[in-house]
Amino acid sequence: MNQEKIINVKNLTKTFGSFTAVKSISFDVNQGEIFGFLGANGAGKTTAMKMLIGISKPTSGEAVVAGFDVKTQSEMVKKSIGYMSQKFSMYDDLTIKENITFFGGIYGLSRIQIKEKTAELIYELGLEEVADKLVSALPLGWKQKLSFSVALLHEPKIVFLDEPTGGVDPITRRQFWEMIYAEAHKGTTIFVTTHYMDEAEYCDRVSIMVEGSIEALDSPKNLKKQYNVTSMNDVFLKLARNVE
Amino acid sequence: MKRFIGFVKKEFYHIFRDKRSMFILFGMPIAQIMLFGFAITNEINNVNIAILDQSKDSETQKIINKINASQYFNIEQKISSESQIESVFKKGKVKAVLVFENQFIKNLQTKKQAKVQVITDATDPNIANAITNYVNAILQNYTQEFKRDSPSSYQIQTQTQLYYNPELKSVFNFVPGVMTIILMLVSAMMTSISITREKELGTMEVLLVSPLRPFQVIIGKVFPYVFLSIINATIIVLLGFFVFKMPVEGSLFLLSFESILFIISALSLGILISTISNSQQTAMMISLMGLMLPVIILSGFIFPISSMPMPMQIISNIIPAKWFIIIIKAIMLKGASITIIWKETLILIGMTVFFIVLSIKKYKIRLE
Ligand SMILES: Nc1ncnc2c1ncn2[C@@H]1O[C@H](COP(=O)(O)OP(=O)(O)O)[C@@H](O)[C@H]1O
Ligand SMILES: [Mg+2]
Repeated sequence: MNQEKIINVKNLTKTFGSFTAVKSISFDVNQGEIFGFLGANGAGKTTAMKMLIGISKPTSGEAVVAGFDVKTQSEMVKKSIGYMSQKFSMYDDLTIKENITFFGGIYGLSRIQIKEKTAELIYELGLEEVADKLVSALPLGWKQKLSFSVALLHEPKIVFLDEPTGGVDPITRRQFWEMIYAEAHKGTTIFVTTHYMDEAEYCDRVSIMVEGSIEALDSPKNLKKQYNVTSMNDVFLKLARNVE
Repeated sequence: MKRFIGFVKKEFYHIFRDKRSMFILFGMPIAQIMLFGFAITNEINNVNIAILDQSKDSETQKIINKINASQYFNIEQKISSESQIESVFKKGKVKAVLVFENQFIKNLQTKKQAKVQVITDATDPNIANAITNYVNAILQNYTQEFKRDSPSSYQIQTQTQLYYNPELKSVFNFVPGVMTIILMLVSAMMTSISITREKELGTMEVLLVSPLRPFQVIIGKVFPYVFLSIINATIIVLLGFFVFKMPVEGSLFLLSFESILFIISALSLGILISTISNSQQTAMMISLMGLMLPVIILSGFIFPISSMPMPMQIISNIIPAKWFIIIIKAIMLKGASITIIWKETLILIGMTVFFIVLSIKKYKIRLE
């Protein structure tokens, strides 16, 4: 694997008033890898991600994403990334096609590109029947797959996914991860947060965040070996106990 | 530019697919104008009046009979002193009191001139107006007959006095008032709700992560409402003009300029509200309590500013709506040009600039 670092984080910290949500975290992400950003609810995953995508200013520390400093070059960072937010983030009162057209448009795709992408996407997701239906009519799993595809419309170098599989059934989760694999295979770097420990097994490397700090970072295989357990869930439980 | 068009298109989808928005946009202005307009009628029929005849002579009796015989008036009671006038109005039984002066017939014969005072309850200004006109017509009719009998010139002077609503508020006041309220609703409330909606749904984040710059996002969100507000203002002026004969004496260009100025100030207030609220509910409450209420109470739309307690009169000066109402009334009713309303216009410009600067500042802070 190409070992070029596409994300470079050093002592990144975020405080809200007197509460420190992210405590001086440091890590690198390699180009083309699936990087799992794990942690329980409230661990600080979303807060950290928002700093990396340039919509939240770090209190201190540094982060370079796709070669740009998130503090000073956030507009350049935005051009290189895709993002799927933790809340489902498409317009419920727009049809699937309208949503795709809109997001393609704000990313500066040409009319022809949008047309091609729309057709391609609708075909790949098997949405031909509902393409002109309002998004509100779709089941959550489909919405999330659509969201993911839309985040990739402009072919970003890195895509940030914040709990993309929250609240859906295991089969849909499985399908979603297949989409992630396919995208990673094309060379896109995937930065994904989750609190499902079983999903950690699908990642090339994972970091485990507990109460704002990164407590472990390695490949799932190495982590299991290190903690002498058989599943990522057990790794997580051991870590959580250590912190307490 | 292409991005901008796409953005605006999406914004229109939101608006046109939302029943509540559509109602506020098109139902409200029409309903309000019609409500205020038709609640005020110009027709009178068997209106109860009271008579204070201080002369009690043959001529006053003739006039009184004439009035009583008309289908327009019904003499509900006769009173005997001026001190009773106030109390008959308070009881609400009569809409007007006619006062014949002392020695009416003598004045008419010696001075060739006598006085009738028409005192009307002007809480319903159009009716008050109509009453005065009808009384005048009856008196004129009478003098004509009187002249025929004795061919020298006689004159009965009517003095009009209005109770309760000396400014004679009428549909002419409601049109500017309704216009102000609707523009506030559309520009401030609807924009603040539509921006907070994106925050609430999480789509604002996605927009901010896109290559769009924050100010482009805001311009894109606000533009459709500028457009719709202008259409709304036009509908209201047209309705006022065609249905209620509300004149537009002044320049349409000036009227549009001042309206756009007010729309922009309301929009910046809307943006400001969206920066401090995290849910659509909050945005709506702040808009209603913080903007609509002051507009209704303090702008002079419903309660005349001149009859407010001093502290409220002072506070009313910081309400942009007050200045806007003064301006459009002057333009529509008096045909005022910019040389007459430049002071009010400058105040409105000052306020608009202030709100824009404040909302840009606030918006920046929110993004960090
Ligand atoms: N804007 C904010 N102001 C104050 N506290 C916040 C803010 N955003 C997040 N937090 C707090 O920071 C902590 C981490 O939140 P978050 O990053 O959303 O966690 P995760 O995504 O891992 O579930 C939580 O305790 C949360 O309450
Ligand atoms: Mg989160």
